[in-house]
Amino acid sequence: MTDDKMENGNGARSANGAAAGAGATVELPVLTRKDFVSDQEVRWCPGCGDYSILAQTQKVMPDFGYPKENIVFISGIGCSGRLPYYMNTYGFHTIHGRAPAIATGLKAARPDLMVWVITGDGDALSIGGNHLIHSLRRNVDVRIVMFNNRIYGLTKGQASPTSELGKVTKSSPYGTIDFPVSPLAIALAAEASFIARSVDTHTEHLQKTLEAAGKHRGSTFVEVLQNCNIFNDGAFRDFTDREVREDRMLILENGQPMIFGKDRDKGIRLNKHLPEVVTIGENGVSEADLLVHDETDPLIAWMLAHLWWPDFPVPVGIVRNLTRPTHDQMLSDQIAQATSTRGAGDLKRLLNAGETWTVE
Amino acid sequence: MNPAALKANLGELPAGGALIVNEDAFTAQNLQKVGYAANPLTDGSLKQWNVFNVPISTLNGRALEGLGLTNKQVDLTKNFFALGLMFWLYERDMAGTTAWIDDKFSKRPEIAEANKRALKAGYNFGETTEIFHERYIVPPAKLAAGHYRNITGNEATALGFVAASKLAGRDLFYGSYPITPASDILHQLAGYKNFGVKTFQAEDEIAAIGAAIGASYGGAMGMTASSGPGIALKQEALGLAVMVELPLVVVDVQRSGPSTGMPTKTEQADLLQVLYGRNSDSPVAVVAPATPSECFLYAIEAWRLALKYMTPVVYMSDAFLATGAEPWRIPSLDDLPSIAVENRTEREGFYPYLRDETTLARPWAVPGTPGLEHRIGGLEKADILGNVSYDPENHHRMQLLRQAKIAGIAGDIPPLEVHGPAEGDLLVLGWGSTYGAIRSAVERLQSKGASIAHAQLRYLNPLPANTGEVVSSYKRVLIPEVNLGQLSMLIRARFLIDAIGYNRVRGKPFRIAELEAEAERILQTIGATVR
Repeated sequence: MTDDKMENGNGARSANGAAAGAGATVELPVLTRKDFVSDQEVRWCPGCGDYSILAQTQKVMPDFGYPKENIVFISGIGCSGRLPYYMNTYGFHTIHGRAPAIATGLKAARPDLMVWVITGDGDALSIGGNHLIHSLRRNVDVRIVMFNNRIYGLTKGQASPTSELGKVTKSSPYGTIDFPVSPLAIALAAEASFIARSVDTHTEHLQKTLEAAGKHRGSTFVEVLQNCNIFNDGAFRDFTDREVREDRMLILENGQPMIFGKDRDKGIRLNKHLPEVVTIGENGVSEADLLVHDETDPLIAWMLAHLWWPDFPVPVGIVRNLTRPTHDQMLSDQIAQATSTRGAGDLKRLLNAGETWTVE
Repeated sequence: MNPAALKANLGELPAGGALIVNEDAFTAQNLQKVGYAANPLTDGSLKQWNVFNVPISTLNGRALEGLGLTNKQVDLTKNFFALGLMFWLYERDMAGTTAWIDDKFSKRPEIAEANKRALKAGYNFGETTEIFHERYIVPPAKLAAGHYRNITGNEATALGFVAASKLAGRDLFYGSYPITPASDILHQLAGYKNFGVKTFQAEDEIAAIGAAIGASYGGAMGMTASSGPGIALKQEALGLAVMVELPLVVVDVQRSGPSTGMPTKTEQADLLQVLYGRNSDSPVAVVAPATPSECFLYAIEAWRLALKYMTPVVYMSDAFLATGAEPWRIPSLDDLPSIAVENRTEREGFYPYLRDETTLARPWAVPGTPGLEHRIGGLEKADILGNVSYDPENHHRMQLLRQAKIAGIAGDIPPLEVHGPAEGDLLVLGWGSTYGAIRSAVERLQSKGASIAHAQLRYLNPLPANTGEVVSSYKRVLIPEVNLGQLSMLIRARFLIDAIGYNRVRGKPFRIAELEAEAERILQTIGATVR
């Protein structure tokens, strides 16, 4: 275990659930992916992108230094909602859209836990939109992983808030008349302190992204583009397929120019204030002209949230990463401060406060 | 009284009662505003009452001359003049009110001075004029020996939850969304951070209960509060708490409805919503304190049941109870029950839905406990194992188990107490804040020789074990409720007795006189004599 991992959080350091004192180190058993596999049979449709997300999630879990009993997975309703059953940690499969609210209460009561929320585009952006927004803006220290397949899968194929305009589904035989929403833009507007995107089949990138999400402290939103091979097969194929992805996706690296393409010859440049795709070496464009990614820049983040194929390459990676005090930390601080200025609560004194009198 | 107040309240005053009016307020304009064609002070319509005309505005204005206040400010103090007059009439000491004024207006001494002067002027007016021929002395209420303070239902509720947290040795987590008349509980608890109380003003009612469920999942005492419209929004999450069998307390400070209704006015019409307003058979325990003082004890009781039986408990209050105040005998901490329960830590033989043989509670295994990693959720669970199950017989068994767990609480709560004869002509059965009006009406009729008794339910689910026996011991059962007959329906359905409802939903508590008249009417229908 590296020092870096030791400093991840309160619960990361002790195997018995209680936070150890600063600097204390307790030897933890070395965990592997297998330790996080539950005894429940996985019941997603064969070929579903969720299998890959589950595998990467199980794979990164040992990296965070938390004993597995201190990790909790909370989900809402939808295909994604099943994931907690397959994790050999604590898990809570809740009701439609409300997982972020339940996670907020759990994290407030138990700052020592590492809490993940698993959700989908319908669960998070439609019925649970309000909870998503408010858990993000409060900087609740919870990692929200949203599986975006642009369809309602569990209910067998209705349009979702991310379905493209005009999409023909069971509930929209003449095509949807609803404009889709950008999940990243919602997360940005809600002031999430960590925002990223990855793809179910890009296992290495997904693993790296989940790892970074797990190490962040504060509200963490990861959109995973996920293929539903039954109800919306090939939703992202145009830019995620192996043959085209390098030319059609932009892998973000903090502090690095936005370069993409099989030949690493394309890039994003700002023309006045708007992005444009340019080719290095053409029309006098050099690498120095390209926009450099900055995970703390709100304008870059806003721009990235709106880049989409075919006008632009689809950005993946960490869009935003800020350090801010977390909700549970501020709550604990207030309690500590009230206790130090007013003394620990004295129930007898509280009951007898104000004007009192005695009847003989 | 000004014309508007006269019009609104005259119906409450028995004939021969004293009526004190501010005659300055009976201007043509004020009379017209509330629809008086003629001045009731001069048209003889108030003959049956004992009317005292006092030019309160004029007298008060004179008393405050020289303080440099605007006319409007002077006018605002006139209620203190009227209050001072009442102090004189009832021979009461004004020191408490004077101190309250000093405290309330400590940052505006000139306003404090004006109000105190108005108060004294009213008192002196009573003393120096001779328009009142009688004064009244109300002897101190007969209270049991002890140490007292005044308390409202909401205050007692908040204190009760802090006490419950101490008694259980767990942190209180209170998730809430602002709503009248429940918000005061949030305000009060938010100030108790040094008691380890964590308050969370949620983005909506659903998040408030969701966060509370999350906190309870983590081993804290998660709770939420709202009023009728908010409770409606919480029902799905409450069903989740029923399914995952976690301790949770939900406060419903009822108000007049439906929809937004009359938010500041009282009603008792959420009983069926709380019992049956969720999908499927979804039993929760329900307690209902009857007085502001009782709110304290039932807050603790709600938590005792929630922790012991691993269940959501709904605590029903209402606007009348929440804002009504009364002297409260402050309990000694030694008299309060211990309600602590243990978390499950033993790995050997652990199953998430293996129940305690007596209480049928499942184990509370909180995250952070090594070796007990397990998954819970809203999907039906296999008995004992707790894995997802669609087995038909298992679902039937689990439905019965959930029901039996709540029903079993009847053996752990006191029997329904009867005030009056154990059998007889008439039982008046109530619940919640109707306690005071029912008790007084029944006592009046008892003093007139009627065979009448009163019982007030503090537990609505399950009902006390002897409820059937009690309601079957009288020729008639009268159930007054500030709703259209919800408890009546339950009692009729459950015990097959022809209970008679008395139902008025005006946003106001019952008057003693109307309950007395209704009870007397029923007694007469069975030929019972009342002196």
